[in-house]
Amino acid sequence: MSTLINLIISGLATGSIYALVAIGFTLLWQTSQTINFAQGEFVMLPAFFMLAAMNAGFPFWAAILIGMALSMLILGVAFKRMLVDPMLKHGVLPLAIATMALSLAMKESVKQFYSAEAQPFPSLIPSIDLHVLGAVVSTQSLGVLAVGIGAVVALQFLLTRTSVGHQMQATAQNPTTARILGIPVERMIMYSFLINAGLVAIASVLVTPLYLAKFTSGETLGLAAFIAAIVGGFNQVRGAIVGGLLLGVVDNLAATYISTQYRAAVPLMLLIAVILFRPQGLLGSAEERTV
Amino acid sequence: MKKVLQVSGVTKRFGGITAVGGVSFDVFEGEILGIIGPNGCGKSTLFNCILGQLMPNEGSVKLDGRDVTGMRPCDLNRLGVSRTFQLLQVFPQLTVRENLILSGQEHQGSMAGRLFGRRDAGLGAEADKMIGFFNLGHLAGEKAGGLSYGQQKLLDAAMAFMAGPRLVLLDEPAGGVNLTMLESLKERLRAINAEQGATFVVIEHNMEFVMSLCTRVLVLAEGRVLAMGTPAEVRANPEVVEAYLGH
Amino acid sequence: MNLDRIILLVSLFVATAVLIVLPFQLGRYGLYILSMWAVMAIGAIGLNLTLGYAGQVSLAQGAFVGIGAYSAAILTTNHWPMSVAVLVAIALCFAVGWILGYPALRVQHHYLAFVTLAFSTLAYLVFRNEEWLTKGIYGISDVPRPVLLGFKMQSPLRFYFLCLASLGIVTLLVGWLIRSPWGRAFVALRENPIRALSLGIDTRRYTLMAFAIGSALGGVCGALYAPLVEFIDPTPFTLGLSLNLLMMVIVGGAGFFAGPFLGAAISVLLPEWLRFTEGYYLLIYAVFVMGLLIYSPTGLLGILDKYLTARSTKKASAARASATATFGAQS
Repeated sequence: MSTLINLIISGLATGSIYALVAIGFTLLWQTSQTINFAQGEFVMLPAFFMLAAMNAGFPFWAAILIGMALSMLILGVAFKRMLVDPMLKHGVLPLAIATMALSLAMKESVKQFYSAEAQPFPSLIPSIDLHVLGAVVSTQSLGVLAVGIGAVVALQFLLTRTSVGHQMQATAQNPTTARILGIPVERMIMYSFLINAGLVAIASVLVTPLYLAKFTSGETLGLAAFIAAIVGGFNQVRGAIVGGLLLGVVDNLAATYISTQYRAAVPLMLLIAVILFRPQGLLGSAEERTV
Repeated sequence: MKKVLQVSGVTKRFGGITAVGGVSFDVFEGEILGIIGPNGCGKSTLFNCILGQLMPNEGSVKLDGRDVTGMRPCDLNRLGVSRTFQLLQVFPQLTVRENLILSGQEHQGSMAGRLFGRRDAGLGAEADKMIGFFNLGHLAGEKAGGLSYGQQKLLDAAMAFMAGPRLVLLDEPAGGVNLTMLESLKERLRAINAEQGATFVVIEHNMEFVMSLCTRVLVLAEGRVLAMGTPAEVRANPEVVEAYLGH
Repeated sequence: MNLDRIILLVSLFVATAVLIVLPFQLGRYGLYILSMWAVMAIGAIGLNLTLGYAGQVSLAQGAFVGIGAYSAAILTTNHWPMSVAVLVAIALCFAVGWILGYPALRVQHHYLAFVTLAFSTLAYLVFRNEEWLTKGIYGISDVPRPVLLGFKMQSPLRFYFLCLASLGIVTLLVGWLIRSPWGRAFVALRENPIRALSLGIDTRRYTLMAFAIGSALGGVCGALYAPLVEFIDPTPFTLGLSLNLLMMVIVGGAGFFAGPFLGAAISVLLPEWLRFTEGYYLLIYAVFVMGLLIYSPTGLLGILDKYLTARSTKKASAARASATATFGAQS
């Protein structure tokens, strides 16, 4: 029982990171039909911005801010302007493949210009083991969960309670109608890219202390976020949250109760089952936009 | 006269909306039946139900007395039922000649036989005849995507006539075609009807086209049969005038 | 059109001549790279059939290369002849590819990409974990090169010619396939499945067939890959290989017959030419791919095609005009 609680809490913590990355993934898909195969590398890179800033002598908190800013600039603005905008009119597949190339480029850049070795990364939250109901829960898990949930709640607030959020949702649901209604669609799409950049930077701060910073560290995370987004519902922010949390827990339970060798297979099976039997995702509504 | 197609009580609902409600009619061998009706009266849905693209909620469709309700479009096509769509549907990357060969190639032999058989599936001569018949001779080797709208529309119709179908359902063949081409299209439809004895069902908005081409006309309104008869009878029917001109 | 055909034949002749003469000038490593090109081109040709011609997105071609490679490695290290191993690889990949085609009957486009991606990753897990069969992460070493008609294919030069001959056979067979009624049906499937269905084309069977044949060629690729590198472990068969094969097809030009040859050449040979840049070659390759796709999303051959179409449009519009004129006059 105590292991189970432990597994669920740490699963939710990882899951909240998956959710952050998955939300960004679905936002890009919704607003601009971008399937970002580099999303995992988008999480890997901000950690290196922060490490570089710290090497330049900045304190940790300042390095985080610098990392955020660079992430918004490069993974938000530059990504949209230089890769997505020119390719959008050619359809989904060429752009998706270009993001595969981008992920390769990002990994190679880090390897060449920073280091091929794994780098330690300071943790925002001190790791102390707490004893709750007989289970050992690390403050790091709780902290990650808290920050993750905080970010998700803030985003939900932005999307559902503010006028910019409403305009973004309208843009996501039907860009043509949104344009007729006088919504600045282009700016809304840019906002979603900026939000994605912000989310991956937060995820980067949360996840990197756990797994170290390495040029390949985005690979598994990218796949997990990808699965979370589809399982929850590719066209729903809410779905991505549920998908992320679910995946984190399932992943943890599978590793303990099924087999460590095939732990990665469980989320993949889940993915295949969801696509075949409920392609709109667990929470999603049927997608009408054809590609 | 022999009944080729028997449609009885076909109903199709989408959610709470009844698009087609209990439509019944027969199509006799060799006739040209027109289906008219205001926009959104369920003409295309009816076609899709007859042709297996949609499964009707109720009712049945019989071909030569055999129940074919919900049969897959490809199997139905191989029984000699072909169709065109409301919007142009040719294969832009294939040449005109290949479009036509493709349209007939699945009608004989087995899939394996086609793999090891002739490249044109033995349909080269028929395709060339069709190309000549529709005056596309200069364009036989061009990709269909490079043709003008009118020419693609002709090709679209020609494809439905490959492999000698017995029953052809045309969904708005005259849509977007200019007057001269319309006349020649009509002539060609009449010729195929007379020479090959093919039976036609034509959905059309263009009243003149329907009235001058068809032997019988069925009027559909709000998913139901409003009237059926010769063009003259239908034209004189006050309900039809009401429904059609009222909209 | 005639001039194009002459240019095509001449370049084909030159390419073949180079591929036959060049190897005698190359060392061991050069031959290895050139053999790798031929082997990967076979895998890319298979994917081009599934994706480029039949329009079914697959991110699993790397998994089929893996299945083929393991079939060959396991059988030949157990003293089965290479020919049997190749046939088993083909049959196995054909069957698994056929099964993988079923999701394509339910979902399309990006959803299909996701299913095949999941399959690819699952296949990798099986390669890594089923040690009784695949020897897991330790891998299978000393995969023998075949003996063909009494000739040992051990030397790099001989094995290169075996790869080249295989590529030649695959090229002829696939060329014949896409010009047959099946090829026409595949294109119809890609361009307009609903219309194709209404013309009697059993889109379900053709979809499965497109997956099965494309995957079987992935198996051939793998069956040659195993004796080429002589050591098989799970590492090469991650999702990365599937993505790489997909990039080859798209970079060369999906749906163009010559696309995979060109795409495989760029993916396999370009890094070698860029060797002088030391570690930067993958970065340069990735940037090149992005730049190319921005400039021409239909790949390298798309650029050529655009040029040829522009040239023939004048001719076509003239033909169009005269056809319309006669049609109008007649009626």
